[in-house]
Amino acid sequence: MKTISKDSLDKIIGYLKYKGYKVIGPSVRDGAIIYDEISCIEDLPAGWGDEQEAGHYRLRKRNDGALFGYAAGPQSWKKFLFPGKLKLWEAEKNSKGFEITPANGQFPKYAFIGVRSCELHAVFIQDKVFNNGMFSDTYYNKIRKNIFIAAVNCAEAGKTCFCVSMKTGPKAEEGYDIALTEIINQDEHYFVVDEGTPKGSELMEQIESLTSTEEQLAAADDALKNAESNMGRTLETDGIKSLLYKNHANTVWDQIAKRCLSCANCTMVCPTCFCSNVEDVTDLSGDHTERWRTWDSCFNLDYSKVAGGNFRTSIKARYRQWMTHKLASWIDQFGISGCVGCGRCITWCPVGIDITKEVSNIRKSLKN
Amino acid sequence: MIPRQVRVKKIFWETEDVFTLELVSEDYPMSEFYFRPGQFNMLYAFGVGEAAISISSDSAKKNSILHSIHKVGYVTNALSKLKKGDVIGIRGPFGKAWPLEEIKGYDICIMAGGIGLAPLRPSIYYILKHRKQYGKFTLLYGARSPRDMLYPVELEQWAKKHDIHIETIVDRADSMWRGQVGVVTELIDYAELDPERTRSMVCGPEIMMKYSIDELKKNGLNEDQIYLSLERNMKCALGFCGHCQYGPSFVCKEGPVFNFSKVKDIFEIREL
Amino acid sequence: MEDLSGVLRNHPFIKDLDENYLKQITGCASNVLYHENDIIFSEGDEAVQFYLIRTGKVALEINGREKGNVRILTMGPGQILGWSWIISPYKWHFEARALEDVRAIALDGECLRNKCEEDPKLGYEMLKRFSHILEQRLQSTRMQLLDVYKRG
Repeated sequence: MKTISKDSLDKIIGYLKYKGYKVIGPSVRDGAIIYDEISCIEDLPAGWGDEQEAGHYRLRKRNDGALFGYAAGPQSWKKFLFPGKLKLWEAEKNSKGFEITPANGQFPKYAFIGVRSCELHAVFIQDKVFNNGMFSDTYYNKIRKNIFIAAVNCAEAGKTCFCVSMKTGPKAEEGYDIALTEIINQDEHYFVVDEGTPKGSELMEQIESLTSTEEQLAAADDALKNAESNMGRTLETDGIKSLLYKNHANTVWDQIAKRCLSCANCTMVCPTCFCSNVEDVTDLSGDHTERWRTWDSCFNLDYSKVAGGNFRTSIKARYRQWMTHKLASWIDQFGISGCVGCGRCITWCPVGIDITKEVSNIRKSLKN
Repeated sequence: MIPRQVRVKKIFWETEDVFTLELVSEDYPMSEFYFRPGQFNMLYAFGVGEAAISISSDSAKKNSILHSIHKVGYVTNALSKLKKGDVIGIRGPFGKAWPLEEIKGYDICIMAGGIGLAPLRPSIYYILKHRKQYGKFTLLYGARSPRDMLYPVELEQWAKKHDIHIETIVDRADSMWRGQVGVVTELIDYAELDPERTRSMVCGPEIMMKYSIDELKKNGLNEDQIYLSLERNMKCALGFCGHCQYGPSFVCKEGPVFNFSKVKDIFEIREL
Repeated sequence: MEDLSGVLRNHPFIKDLDENYLKQITGCASNVLYHENDIIFSEGDEAVQFYLIRTGKVALEINGREKGNVRILTMGPGQILGWSWIISPYKWHFEARALEDVRAIALDGECLRNKCEEDPKLGYEMLKRFSHILEQRLQSTRMQLLDVYKRG
């Protein structure tokens, strides 16, 4: 483990840029922490924290100048690997019929700064989704293979966090190039750095650092323990697959359906939701057309439409599909739960539907 | 995955709202379009979009492929307006095929409803071509009305020239209809199934498949002796877009053909 | 004339019926043969018999007036033709036509009704078997109404 000063993080960003990475990190925008391109440490949300609850998100000022003192915001890294809108190809009419040209592929080399453990797990999950054994998604995999990941261990947990339940955090255990733990005390602000890959070590060789002291390591440990013991939510995962499979007719779904607006927010903020649609856009001449892939949601009515019918018209069925997929059928599909416990779906639900609470409601309904 | 271009060699109407496209390729060897009975292609109409359409030709026929298409949505409507020589896009073939190898040696009972005969036609060709490798062969086919019956000439020829017992029935007759009237499930009585020796392939609207499977079970078939082809909203056909999920399955890659025992637990769940 | 009980016993409708009842029913039974296109009964006629079809197919048709003769149902071997004999006023609602040569056992309605009146146990047995058929016909009719093959 190495210890670097707060300002050395700026050097890391600089070095990654020098190496040709498009560096992405958290920034404050529109009253939220979002992920976008950053060029220096000043772009990070210094001194900002957040408060989150079901259906509630507010930024608040911290008094310690922390750079990573907040929980997961509305965006996740999936928007870089699996963009919300992506041109797949275009086609032009010609004398023979038409000709299709694949979209002029730009595959940026990204460095992600500040990836939380839950988010890292979300990337692992999407790795399986977009490499399903039969097919692999070109864009995702081309981007994925070149990412530099600087993880950040959580020192605090949000009110809607439950990564401990999902065994996805708060400590980043693998899959990062470097992992940072931010420590702030009365007169120091530094990072304990763990190198996860040769790529990470190569970077760290360029950065002024000291071997971490026992005290510094203990402080990093304490920070993680603090996050671990302050999870805002818990979700009982024991036997959850059969619980949901067996309870498709539970009245809890009717209760949820009374509140759910089927707005699809939960699926948009979820870092693992992967559904997409394609749109064909044609210009006015009718000679040129483009195919775009866009994020879609199982909450949209058209999602399960077929010629002459629709398999899921009720909101109840659509919510049940989402939650059962996320927590149960995902396990059958990919050998892993689709939920990482980041809590985004709880925070960003306009009516505050809480996935952890609904699971416990189903469990409770069986006891009565 | 990017569509390849194929040319319409022929377009003809099977019924009032079902038409067949015969497709050939100049840019790619036709071997690139080889398929197994039961698989589907994504057909692309320029500027309009794609639709998942099962392949309905003889898989041994090497120079073109046929798709029988029900004109029901934007894409199929656009496809219906094609003319000889027009070009469309195609991706595929995708999906699991009918288990024609596994069911060799058994009596075969095919139950088809409406457009559901189209994805089964390649299997019929196959079985007739390898007739000795199968036992008794029965085809039970139900359609909405005499005019909605697919491939009537072919049905007649099969019955006449081949060792196949065919029963057809319509929901509604007109005054010209001299055949059977009623629902397809009633035909099982005439199939004289030997339940242990029989394997069944079922395709049609899901409600028709539900009643057909119930009836097959009543006649002594086990769930694992029945195969069905499910329809869901196939968009990408690669298992990425999520639309065709049915319980834990992606119908585009784990289906559309399923052994019924694999889906029996979820088959009755509403709006799954 | 050979005893029809053997033939009756093999028909799905009679399957597993008590031997004593079988004997009683046999007393009301007769062997019938129709040729292709023969009218077995006509709409409005008195329903004196019903038929257990052994071979061949039968169509039920209705006079659709300006729509012509409309075939509403076909049936074949192992199936039962007609139940108007059991429900007053014992009149046929449809015309039944042999689509091919048909061999069947005709059961005399009045004979069987009398036996059922005398022995309610036999009556109940017959009604159970008929309600099963009625249920199947109703189910089929519902499926036809669902118009399952219609799209869009």
